[in-house]
Amino acid sequence: MFQPVPNPSTRPEPPKFGDQDLIRRSASTVTPPAQRQTEVAKLIDVSKCIGCKACQSACIEWNDTHPEIGINTGVYDNPHDLTPDMFTLMRFSEWENPETNNLEWLIRKDGCMHCEDPGCLKACPAPGAIVQYSNGIVDFVHENCIGCGYCIKGCPFNIPRISKVDHTAYKCTLCSDRLAVGQGPACAKACPTQAIVFGTKEEMKQHAEGRITDLKSRGFANAGLYDPPGVGGTHVMYVLHHADKPEIYADLPNNPRISPIVEAWKGVTKYAGLAVIGIAAATGFMHYLVSGPNRVSEADEEAAEKLTGEERRP
Amino acid sequence: MSTDYDVGKGDKIHAGKPVTVDRYTPGARVNHWITATSLVLLALSGLALFHPALFFLTELFGGGPLTRVIHPWIGVLLFFSFFGLFLRFWKANLWKREDGTWLARIRDVLTGHDERLPEVGKYNAGQKFVFWAMSVLIIVLITTGIVIWDQYFFEFTTIGQKRWAVLVHSIAAIVIISVWIIHVYAAIWVRGTIRAMTRGSVSGGWAWRHHRKWLRELVAKSSKGKSGRTPAE
Repeated sequence: MFQPVPNPSTRPEPPKFGDQDLIRRSASTVTPPAQRQTEVAKLIDVSKCIGCKACQSACIEWNDTHPEIGINTGVYDNPHDLTPDMFTLMRFSEWENPETNNLEWLIRKDGCMHCEDPGCLKACPAPGAIVQYSNGIVDFVHENCIGCGYCIKGCPFNIPRISKVDHTAYKCTLCSDRLAVGQGPACAKACPTQAIVFGTKEEMKQHAEGRITDLKSRGFANAGLYDPPGVGGTHVMYVLHHADKPEIYADLPNNPRISPIVEAWKGVTKYAGLAVIGIAAATGFMHYLVSGPNRVSEADEEAAEKLTGEERRP
Repeated sequence: MSTDYDVGKGDKIHAGKPVTVDRYTPGARVNHWITATSLVLLALSGLALFHPALFFLTELFGGGPLTRVIHPWIGVLLFFSFFGLFLRFWKANLWKREDGTWLARIRDVLTGHDERLPEVGKYNAGQKFVFWAMSVLIIVLITTGIVIWDQYFFEFTTIGQKRWAVLVHSIAAIVIISVWIIHVYAAIWVRGTIRAMTRGSVSGGWAWRHHRKWLRELVAKSSKGKSGRTPAE
């Protein structure tokens, strides 16, 4: 059993992190703080999840969102996808294990992974609409969001959703507002089996270690931690019983990284593009300096008069 | 009756000293300036969302969210407006044999030695390049633009397709802005050009110097028109 985050004191306290702790800010440069806060992480142990959706309820409750009442299409996923009002979603997969011939019911709590190298933030064109705190939280700042949807293209996990109501992007905040006052994420607090635990990233890795050893002793030889290096690691990690094939967990990407297309768009295109435009303008300017205007001469006018005159003569 | 591919309906010579030649009808000019204004507004709003250093340009459109809303609609306006120009000008922009010669002598073009160039019709190879480049790029931009117009078209494409679309859209935008710079610079550099799109006419000397084949066609047409008039006219 992992010791849960204790309830904080009821006395008002200054927030534990804020703008001074930003290590990245979309479409802006920030001076990172001299000292980085201890990195936090949420660990989701898929092998312990019973699919009760208490995390979803707690998320709705805390964030005061109002997801539409859906319809049943014969699967347990409810709603059927992440929405601007549902920041986390239990995805149920039925998987037949070819080795044991057993049907395994895999339940993965989907949501923002809080990447160390966030693709959403890289793609975002609006200054300060996406921020990353030194403790690892990637957060959307709604008053700066312009609703363009670039974050959706940047995200390797298909997480952000644009609201049809206020036209800004929504996703899991890792309960940054709760963390700021010393609480843990609402989903972790609500989880009845400790499938979701929260602590420092180091603590979570250690805790995962123990869980993986336990799973291996129970015959899950490929049990492991999902902390994908392609995005610099994440601040939401999974313990998977089949870590060698994450895609069986409702298409969890095997080796997620920011798409090279997005890298090209936000990298070389951005700089080369402005350079090309600048060179085009400079070339025009230089050409004008060197060769001067191309003027119509008196002789040209006379030739035209002669031509029109001649031809008109009957 | 003229079968000249490049003589427009309103193209007409007014004899005198100096000669003036009608080049663009009021309709064509209005059409052109609507397109021009849209293109400039699109470039400004697009660049604002392309590079953080230019995000301040969103202020011109009433802030970031409004820029995001308005940019695609201006794109739709540009598409239809340019389509009007396309219908007006495509025939005169068909590639002709002399265009190859003109291009081969690009050095003389750039040094202003028009006397060493072949006689060309209403448009020279440079202008035809601008026309066709704009046509192709606008199709690329409207297509990729719709793919990334999430407010109305999000569900029709995958995220992978949207990533390609946004990259191609940016590159096409850079190219079209560069083509636009060439277009505007050429109009400034070649004196007597801008009045074609403001007042609608050019001087006879301008037509003689830069589009002599077109001028000859017009002269031939107007003399033919006079002699070949039917009594009913």
